[in-house]
Amino acid sequence: MENFLQQLLNGVAWGSIYALIALGFTMVYGVLKLINFAHGEVYMVGAMTGYYAAHALGLARAPSLLGLAATLAIAMTACALLGALIERVAYRPLRSAGRLAPLITAIGVSLLLQNAGQLVFGADPKFFPPLIESREVFRAGAIAVSNIQLAVLSTAMCLMAALEFVVMRTRFGRAMRAVSYDAPAAALMGVKVDRVIQGTFVLGSALAAAAGVLVGLSNPKIDPLMGLLPGLKAFVAAVLGGIGSIPGAMLGGLLLGVVETFVAGYLSSTYRDAIAFVVLVAILLYRPSGILGAPQLEKV
Amino acid sequence: MRRALVAAGLACAALVVLDVLLPRLLNPYYLTIASRIGIAIIAAVSLQLVNGFTGQFSIGHAGFMAIGAYGSAAASVYLGAGLLDGLAGVLPAPLARALYFPLPLLVGGLAAAAAGLLVGIPTLRLRGDYLAIATLGFGEIIRIGILNLDAVGGARGFSLASPAYPAIDLRFEGLGGIYAVVVLSVLAIARLVHAGGGLAFRAVGEDEIAAESIGVGATRVKVEAFVVSSFFAGVAGALFALSEGYIHTNSFGFTRSFEIVVFVVLGGLGSLSGAIVAAAALTAAPELLRGLGEWRMILYSLLLIATMWLRPQGLLGRRELSLPRWRWRSLRLGARRAPARAQ
Repeated sequence: MENFLQQLLNGVAWGSIYALIALGFTMVYGVLKLINFAHGEVYMVGAMTGYYAAHALGLARAPSLLGLAATLAIAMTACALLGALIERVAYRPLRSAGRLAPLITAIGVSLLLQNAGQLVFGADPKFFPPLIESREVFRAGAIAVSNIQLAVLSTAMCLMAALEFVVMRTRFGRAMRAVSYDAPAAALMGVKVDRVIQGTFVLGSALAAAAGVLVGLSNPKIDPLMGLLPGLKAFVAAVLGGIGSIPGAMLGGLLLGVVETFVAGYLSSTYRDAIAFVVLVAILLYRPSGILGAPQLEKV
Repeated sequence: MRRALVAAGLACAALVVLDVLLPRLLNPYYLTIASRIGIAIIAAVSLQLVNGFTGQFSIGHAGFMAIGAYGSAAASVYLGAGLLDGLAGVLPAPLARALYFPLPLLVGGLAAAAAGLLVGIPTLRLRGDYLAIATLGFGEIIRIGILNLDAVGGARGFSLASPAYPAIDLRFEGLGGIYAVVVLSVLAIARLVHAGGGLAFRAVGEDEIAAESIGVGATRVKVEAFVVSSFFAGVAGALFALSEGYIHTNSFGFTRSFEIVVFVVLGGLGSLSGAIVAAAALTAAPELLRGLGEWRMILYSLLLIATMWLRPQGLLGRRELSLPRWRWRSLRLGARRAPARAQ
């Protein structure tokens, strides 16, 4: 039982990172109907920027919560700019070219960032500096909560709450929902669709960068190819929850993290990477539009 | 009839030239690239059937290649070596090998087709991106499943060498043989798509509901396309296993699936010759760019992005390359230009 609760906690912490990445996928899908395969690489760039920022600020020697906040802010800003740039260069010129052309440029951007990352950052793994000293803050029986887990969870929750606020309570959020609902109609109502799409990339990329820094915190080994599998699994999480739905992405991310942790803990870690896809296929067969996704209507 | 004979004779001569002459002219590195191009062509053309003509979107093709590769490799090692040994005792060695090698290819193709049927029936009810991600999921499940199978080497990879018959060479060498399979596969798919029955594939690709309303069983057609496509993906995988002599699940990850999708979209959805051109060019490009060192993949990805900028509809759009003077009715790849897709 205690082991179960401990695994659940680890799973939720891991899942909140998936959820942060999945949010970017689901928002971009919402406004553009595009699977942004380059999103996992944005997360990698976030982790790398965090690494260099932490070293430049001298945080490797003097860990502090303030340092973590500064690192997060720098990585999120850098990736927000990167996201805007990717949208401008790779997707906007193909806005009228159907849905598959941008998918190929997405794969191209993903390859570009992986290989540029290997060139710029070096192919060998780096070790993220400990931004806060790891210690146990809470213990009940055999269940231990470390301050790192606490930091990961609280940061993720704050960011998701902030996103919820932006999407539901601001002018930009309303414009985003309008574009997602019906882009041509939104354009007729005076919504600047291109700006909204760019803003969506900015938001999503910033969240991915935050996920990158949080991963560096709890799982310090980072390298230029680290975005590949988590990116794909976060996409799976977004589809699980119902792609296009923001609460769906959060739910899917958490679910995936918990399931993966349990499989690695109780069964075998070699099946860990497959389980995400097994869960995905199982859920899609019963709910073809994901857990919280709206069923697609067929128009004749 | 005479034309068919001439064609067959020319084809045989070409294969002999490929098989005998090329290894003397080119070094093994170029031969390996040439055989990989052939394999990429089969994979691309088979995916074109599902993604280009039937209008579905599968991004798990590498999983079926993996099944073909491992199926044929396991069949060769556990059964084929004995069979080949027996055949070589009765017949002259080249004839025995020529008779034997279609078998593992067929085993690989059939294994992949069976997997395609199992995967296709439940997943093809899904639409659009949900179908895409489900096929991607199955591709990864297949790969990780094989990775955990100890009988085919698991994480160590699998070598085509039978412990019981160490003297038997199970590798399928010679560009001629590989390209014979490539040509046969491409022709089979071209016939399938452009023959009367192939209209059903394209009808479903254009508009599923309209196709249903004129009596085309959309689900059935989609499953058929998927099974045929998986069969040829399996053949491509089997060719890969037999020509390389060693396989590892890393060769069949989702990046390989993406690569095949890129061939299909970059070549032009619904264009067989486009898929062939893109598969050949994109397989050769990283090798030709090798002189650039670490800048090579950067240039490759920029090339990919730039091509989509310039030709968002793919290199050939939905058209086919045709060689006017070589047009035989029975061998023709191209069809009349298909009408533009209704939006």
